[in-house]
Amino acid sequence: MKRQTIWGLALTASFASAAMAEIAPGDVVYDEYGAVAQSLTGQPGDPARGAEIVSNKSKGNCVACHQVSALPDVPFQGNIGPALDGAGDRWSEAQLRGIVADAKKTFEGTIMPSFYKTGPYIRPGDGFTGKAPKGDLPPLLSAQEVEDVVAYLMTLKE
Amino acid sequence: MKIRTLAGSVALVALTGMATWADPAEDKLVINGEIEMITHTEKAPDYIEGLSEQYSGWHFRDADTRDMERDDFDNPGMLAVDAAKEVWNTADGTEGKSCASCHGEPESLRGVRAVMPKFNEAKGEMYTLEMYINDCRTERMGAEAWGWNDADMVNMTALISYVSRGIPMNVAIDGPAAPYWEKGKEMYYTRYGQLELSCANCHEDNYGNYIRADHLSQGQINGFPTYRLKNARLNSIHSRFKGCIRDTRAETFKEGSPEFIALEVYVASRGNGLSVEGPSVRN
Ligand code: HEC
Ligand code: HEC
Repeated sequence: MKRQTIWGLALTASFASAAMAEIAPGDVVYDEYGAVAQSLTGQPGDPARGAEIVSNKSKGNCVACHQVSALPDVPFQGNIGPALDGAGDRWSEAQLRGIVADAKKTFEGTIMPSFYKTGPYIRPGDGFTGKAPKGDLPPLLSAQEVEDVVAYLMTLKE
Repeated sequence: MKIRTLAGSVALVALTGMATWADPAEDKLVINGEIEMITHTEKAPDYIEGLSEQYSGWHFRDADTRDMERDDFDNPGMLAVDAAKEVWNTADGTEGKSCASCHGEPESLRGVRAVMPKFNEAKGEMYTLEMYINDCRTERMGAEAWGWNDADMVNMTALISYVSRGIPMNVAIDGPAAPYWEKGKEMYYTRYGQLELSCANCHEDNYGNYIRADHLSQGQINGFPTYRLKNARLNSIHSRFKGCIRDTRAETFKEGSPEFIALEVYVASRGNGLSVEGPSVRN
């Protein structure tokens, strides 16, 4: 997206010593293995909110594909992807941020959706309505929601 | 894949107490104790590179749902077949004709469903069963075309499937069908929508696995129209395609669109060798 605008904003913000501006989906810097070192918001993630996003059908719905033993009350956990138990041991925070933001940069061609991306998509729809969207689509998760999910994943230790 | 599936399903049972197994059920379908159905083949046709064996969606449903299909008295889709039999014999339109006026008994159409969609030489385009039915209505009966998902239409496709039950699907993919098949194949592997999921992501790479509560099948269409317990009615092939594409957060195509006709040719060919099973029961 508009790289200059965003950097401009970030710059202004830091000059004004306010909270750091969010990194827009198009400006996230991935390393060659798909990890993202810098927080998308500069704010610490909230693991409790992260757990909700992971479980919630209309949010991350990560449990559609992954099992999480730490969430025994969430029914019908899928098994398309590996169980997330121990993800916080296997991966660093930067790697997890990269996987949640755009897993295709870590696992080439993976079925896992890219949660912090705004396209390009083939025939994107307006949510689950089957209709074309009216304007630009926001990413599936907001920057802070990604940080919350990453914070939750970091708590998954074995 | 199998190892992951097994490990996964054990964990799933432990987690949720669900007494389900992730692999397709080992079971055999004989309807009314007499019609032997081919619901599994050891080998998919060579032109389906991504499948080694084929399974009807029946194998992925639970035991109660599978049982409903074994006996026509328990299959709610049979009500639609009965309704269609009546319509079959009822004159409609300016010509004062019914289906029976030209075709006699519905059984005269045995085998038709197994080769649909089929290239219509006279019209010079690919035709689905719905399109043939509507041509009869508009051109031979002088009646109005039915909508793709009208109850009359879906019921009539159920009747025409019913008289072909057991016959293996055998859709042509060569000659004039080839360009449709190619286009359908391309669609099958296209990752649509904001979730960027293709048909193959779910029904080729992950059949047997669970996506949330859903046990993924191969997405075969030999069982259509399907009576779904979830919406308690018969569902057409194109409405199922629409639902699956919608679930990828995509803009769907319309029933009867050139895209869905091409996709139907390709998906039907993935099931060549499986018995016509409609009206089947799914959840
Ligand atoms: C449609 C399926 C799907 C969804 C939805 C999904 N994932 Fe994944 N995920 C996968 C698959 C498959 C892999 C394995 C990578 C591969 O081989 O493609 C994976 C890998 C991962 C990994 C690395 C696993 C490990 O420990 O080795 C993490 C962490 C992860 N996903 C987290 C998430 C989170 C968090 C969400 C939701 C915000 C999510 N996933 C949603 C399918 C999915
Ligand atoms: C996000 C995963 C997903 C994607 C992508 C997907 N489907 Fe499905 N599909 C399902 C689920 C879940 C069901 C219901 C359980 C089953 O039969 O697999 C289903 C069922 C079906 C059925 C019914 C099978 C039966 O026996 O009743 C057909 C046919 C089908 N899908 C075709 C397709 C086609 C064609 C595409 C691509 C245009 C597609 N699906 C994409 C998830 C998906």
